[in-house]
Amino acid sequence: MTQDLKKTQFERRIIFLTLFIVVTLPLIFPLGLKTEITPLVQNAYDMIETAPDSSRIIISFDYDPSTITELQPMAQAIIEHCWRRGHKVIATALWPQGASMADAAFSFVIENGYKDKQYGVDYVNLGYKPGGTVTLQALGRDFQTIFPSDMKGTPISEIPAMQGIAKLGDIDAVMSLSAGDPGLMAWIMVASDKYKVKVSGGTTAISAPGFLTYVNKNQQLIGLLGGLKAASEYEKLIGVKGKATVNMDAQSVAHVLILVFITIGNIKAFRIRRKTRNAQMN
Amino acid sequence: MILTLIIGIIVIVSEFIPHPPFGRLTQTFESWFLIIFGFAIILGQISLVQVNLNKISRREENWIYHLIGLISLFVMVVFGLLWGTLETGGLLGQGESIQAAIGTKPFDYLFDNVYIPLSATMFSLLAFFIASAAYRAFIIRSFESNLLMITAVIVIIGRTSFGSFLTGWLPERFSFFHIPLLTDYIMEFPNTAAQRAILISAALGVIGSSLRIILGIERSYLGSDK
Repeated sequence: MTQDLKKTQFERRIIFLTLFIVVTLPLIFPLGLKTEITPLVQNAYDMIETAPDSSRIIISFDYDPSTITELQPMAQAIIEHCWRRGHKVIATALWPQGASMADAAFSFVIENGYKDKQYGVDYVNLGYKPGGTVTLQALGRDFQTIFPSDMKGTPISEIPAMQGIAKLGDIDAVMSLSAGDPGLMAWIMVASDKYKVKVSGGTTAISAPGFLTYVNKNQQLIGLLGGLKAASEYEKLIGVKGKATVNMDAQSVAHVLILVFITIGNIKAFRIRRKTRNAQMN
Repeated sequence: MILTLIIGIIVIVSEFIPHPPFGRLTQTFESWFLIIFGFAIILGQISLVQVNLNKISRREENWIYHLIGLISLFVMVVFGLLWGTLETGGLLGQGESIQAAIGTKPFDYLFDNVYIPLSATMFSLLAFFIASAAYRAFIIRSFESNLLMITAVIVIIGRTSFGSFLTGWLPERFSFFHIPLLTDYIMEFPNTAAQRAILISAALGVIGSSLRIILGIERSYLGSDK
């Protein structure tokens, strides 16, 4: 093994160890850093807040466990917000594991102060359907063809929360929590553009810039929750100190550490360049 | 190929002529798609088993991991089939005695205690690689990389709670320089402009590719070299 390779590997280990310590400490000893509400999150919040009482809102769980750190706190906060406003929550999933994510999110919120919420009346989990955009297009024509029953096998005609919903256009708003495709993009293309249903959503921080083009005057997308910071902003708006708020401290410190690494890397590169130039001149 | 041509043209035409028989035809094609998609999942699983079995039988490098993958697949499928998942029952019902012992159904137990932590861990590892890559690769070498670096620093800080902490004291008339607002500006204008350009180009590409498939110029989906 060459000296340079050994040095690189040593540096990597130092970076990994430092990052591990820096991420762990704020999780054990929260810093309580303040979060500022951004317009994108405020708009998403307002969509739920200003919806008429007892609105039927679809929360689509279009993600799997790999992104729960960012998306599950959003789901929990949105469910809590919907229930506070007296809305009915209809959970769907365009990803196979989404139905389990929905179940976990409902259980969490129920355990944390909403034990009076009844399955079938205040919320329902319709489960996973394959097909992405095509499934949503079919939902636009007839809800019952795509979801004849919920996860428990109860026909949707017998579920109180589903009464009066014949097609996608009967839904008051959609929140798609999306980790990729199919997900928020499909909801924008079908529910928002074609059936004029209000659509908002949440994505991982890395995907959020790609969706900003849809936040426009035509309101293809009403607000956007991008990553853990947006989840912590939503928690602040509903007055809850949840997982996102706590984890945000760790993420903030980790980002600053990455900036420090970039600075050190640049100083190192500058010194190497200067050394090489001097050697060439000599 | 003829089927693709006919169905492709009908679906396109139905978007512009929302009258019979196009609406009903499109509806039928959507049902076909959903049925085919369901079978594609089964096909994918068969393919997964075949590929892994081949690697295991040939004792290829890291074959043990393929074996573990296959065992995991079968364990989850068997548990799911026998006792179901969440509220849905399986062939042996809800498995009340097992639920009494482990607190939940076997499928859900593995999902919650193995799959979720492993998945989240895999995704979290990215943070370590990003930190290491940023140290080694994010180097200022030219004017463009300088611009990129300045933008990245503003956005990184703006996306943390430190952003508001650092420039929260600025007076109202300098609010544009408040880091979270500056970040929003960068994301809303330069980023959106670039994203739209990429989206429009990609959409044109999709139209081109779709036309090639519908017209039979592109036939690789049929197993052809063209």
